Amino acid sequence: MTSLPLWSQLINLFAALLLLLAFAMLTQRRILSLIRLFAAQGFVLALSTLVVGYATDQPDLYKSAGITFGLKVVVLPWFLHWLIRKLNVQWDIEAVINIPVQMLIGIALVIFAFNLAAPISEIAGTVTKSTLGIAIASVLLAFLMMITRRKAVSQVIGFLAMENGLFFAATSATYGMPLVVELGILFDVLVASLIFGVFFFHIRETFESLDIHHLEKLKER
Amino acid sequence: MELLLVLGVPFAGGIVLALWGHRQFAPELNSGMSLLTLLAAAGLTGRVIADGPMLVWDRAFFVDPFNVFLVALTAFVAFTTALFSRPYMRIEAHAGKLSPNRLRLYHSMFQMFTFTMLLALLTNNVGILWVAMEAATLTTVLLVSLYRTPASLEAAWKYFILCGVGIAQALFGTILLYFAAEKVLGPGGTALLWTDLNQVKGQLEPTVMSLAFVFLLVGYGTKVGLAPLHNWLPDAHAEGPTPISAVLSGLLLNVALYAVVRAKVLVEGAVGTHFAGNLMMGFGLLSVVVAAFLLSRQKDIKRLFAYSSVEHMGLMSFAFGMGGALATFAGLLHMTVHSLTKSAIFFAVGHAAQKSGTQVMGDIRGLIESNPTIGWGLMVGSLAILGMPPFGVFASEFMLLTAAMHEQPWATPFLLTALGVAFAAIFGKVQPMVFGAPTAKRLPHPPALIPVFVHLAIVLMLGLYIPPYLAEWYRQAAALIG
Repeated sequence: MTSLPLWSQLINLFAALLLLLAFAMLTQRRILSLIRLFAAQGFVLALSTLVVGYATDQPDLYKSAGITFGLKVVVLPWFLHWLIRKLNVQWDIEAVINIPVQMLIGIALVIFAFNLAAPISEIAGTVTKSTLGIAIASVLLAFLMMITRRKAVSQVIGFLAMENGLFFAATSATYGMPLVVELGILFDVLVASLIFGVFFFHIRETFESLDIHHLEKLKER
Repeated sequence: MELLLVLGVPFAGGIVLALWGHRQFAPELNSGMSLLTLLAAAGLTGRVIADGPMLVWDRAFFVDPFNVFLVALTAFVAFTTALFSRPYMRIEAHAGKLSPNRLRLYHSMFQMFTFTMLLALLTNNVGILWVAMEAATLTTVLLVSLYRTPASLEAAWKYFILCGVGIAQALFGTILLYFAAEKVLGPGGTALLWTDLNQVKGQLEPTVMSLAFVFLLVGYGTKVGLAPLHNWLPDAHAEGPTPISAVLSGLLLNVALYAVVRAKVLVEGAVGTHFAGNLMMGFGLLSVVVAAFLLSRQKDIKRLFAYSSVEHMGLMSFAFGMGGALATFAGLLHMTVHSLTKSAIFFAVGHAAQKSGTQVMGDIRGLIESNPTIGWGLMVGSLAILGMPPFGVFASEFMLLTAAMHEQPWATPFLLTALGVAFAAIFGKVQPMVFGAPTAKRLPHPPALIPVFVHLAIVLMLGLYIPPYLAEWYRQAAALIG
C-alpha cells in the first residue's frame, strides 16, 4: 500500500492532461489537429486505465485499456482521417462564440463540475477520488464544443470526446464498469461512428456542404 | 428457452433480411419473423404467468410481470406493424421513393430494432439496458432518413445528436449508480444487476443515487420525449416512413419510460423520500401542457400525432411519478392502450397520406368518401386517443385523474385543461380530413387495415372489460414498482 500515493499522483497527472486536451480541443479550429488531439486524449485515457488497473490489481482493466487504445487511438482517428480526406474538409469556420469567450465559459464549467463532484468525491474510497471532477469537466467541455461548432465533423468529434470523458468517469470513480457493459458501450460507439460517417456522405450529397446550418429548417412555425 | 427464441428470432431476422431484404418476398419474410417473435413472446408470457418471475442464465436476464407485459405488447405491435408495412412499403417503392437497397436496410433494421427493444426489456443488467437503448437509436436513425430528402436528413441528424447527448447523460447516471452499488455489492458484474440492486436499495448512498436519477431521467427522458427535451420527436416521426413512426411512438417511448421507472424504484428505495417521483411528475405535467398547446399549431398530420405522443408520455410519467396502486395501474393500462391506439392511428394516417399524396392536413380531405375504412379508422382512432368513452384510454385517464384528485389535487386543473385543449385541437383537425370533399387517388396495392381495427378493438375491449388475468397482471406489476 505504500506505493499508492505514487499511482495516485500518476493518475492525477493523467487527469490534468485530459482536461488540458479538452481545452485544447475547444480552441482548435483545424479539423486535422482536432483529430490528433482526440487521439491523444484516447491515448491518455488508455494509459490511465492501465495504471488504475495495475494499482488496484484488476486484470479486466488491462483488457479495457487495450480495447480503448485500439478503438480510440488507432481505428477512430484513422477513420476520421479517411473521412475528411474523402470529404475534403480541412477547416472549421468561425465558431458561434469566439475563442476567448469559449475559454471563459469553459473555466466556469470546470468550477461547476468540481462543485458537482465534491460530495461524491468525499465518499469515494478509490485511489482516484479527486479525478471525478475532472471527468465531469471534460464531459461538459466536450458538450460545449458540440454546441458551438458549425461543422458536422467537429460536432461528432465533440460527441466522441464526451464519451471519452464518461469513460474516464467510469474508471476514476469506480475502477471501470463490468467488462460486458464496457464492451457493449464501445461497440455502440463504433457503430455510431460508422453511421456518422454514412451520414456525412448523405448530407454532402444533398446539401453539397457539411455545414449544419443547412440542417436548421425544421422548426415550429 | 422461450427467452432465447424471443431474442434470437428478431436477431436472426435482422441478419437474414440484411441478405434478402430487397427480394420480392421480403415483406412476407419480415412479417413471418415478427410472427415467430410474437409466438415466442406469448410462450414466455404463459410461462411467467404460470411459474412467476424467473431469472435466467446466471441472472443475466430476468422476467417479472412488469417487463413481460411490455414484451408481449412490443412483440404484438411489432408484428402488426410488419403486416402494415407490407403494402405500405410496396406502395412507397412503387412511387419510386425507395431503391431495393434501402428496402433491404429497412427490413433488416426493423428486425434489429425489435431485437434491441426486447433486449432492453429483458436484461437484468442496467448497463446492458443502456447499451440496448443506444443500439435502438442507432438502428432507427438511418430509417428516419430513409427517403434522403433534406428534411428527413435534418430530422435524422437531430434525432442522432439529441438522443446521443441524452443517452450520454444516462450513461453517466448509470456510472453513478454503479458507483453507489459497488460500495454495497462489491466490484464486478453483480453490482449492476437490477434484481441485486433492488434487494439492497435501502443501503445505497442517497446523495449519489439522487444525482444518478437526475442524469438517468434527463437521459432516458430525452428518448421518452419529455418536454423540454422532446425536440427530436416530431421531426423524426414526421420525416421517417410511417411504420417507423408507429414503432417509435408505440414501442421506443414505452421502453425508455420503462428504463426510467426501473431507475425510480431503486432511487425511491435508496433516498426514502418522494424526490424521484416528484421530478417525474414535474416533467410529465410540463410535457402534457406544452404538447397540448403545441397541437393546435401543427400543419403536418404526422407531427400532430407525434405531439399527441409527447402528451401521453407525459401523462404516463405523471402517473408513475405519483405512485400508489391506482396511479401505477392507470399508468400501465395507459401504456398499453396508448401504444395500441397510436400505432393504429399511424397505420391509418400512413395510408391516408399515401392516398392524398401529402402529409399536409389542409390538403387531405374527404377520406370517408374515397376510402371509408381509412376514414373510419382515423376517426375512431382519434376519438379513442382523445379519451372518449368507451375506449380504454378513457378508462386509464379516468383512473389517473381520480388518483390525481386524491393525491395531487393541485395538478388536476392543469391536466383537465390540457386534455380539453388537446381534444379541441385534434378533433378540429381530423374532422374535416375525414368528412368533406375527397381529393384522394387510388393506391397501387390494397392497404392493410386489419391491424388498425384489431388494435382499436382491443382498446375498445380494454375500456369495457379488463380480463381478470390481465388486471391481476397489472396489479402484480404495480405492486412491484409501487
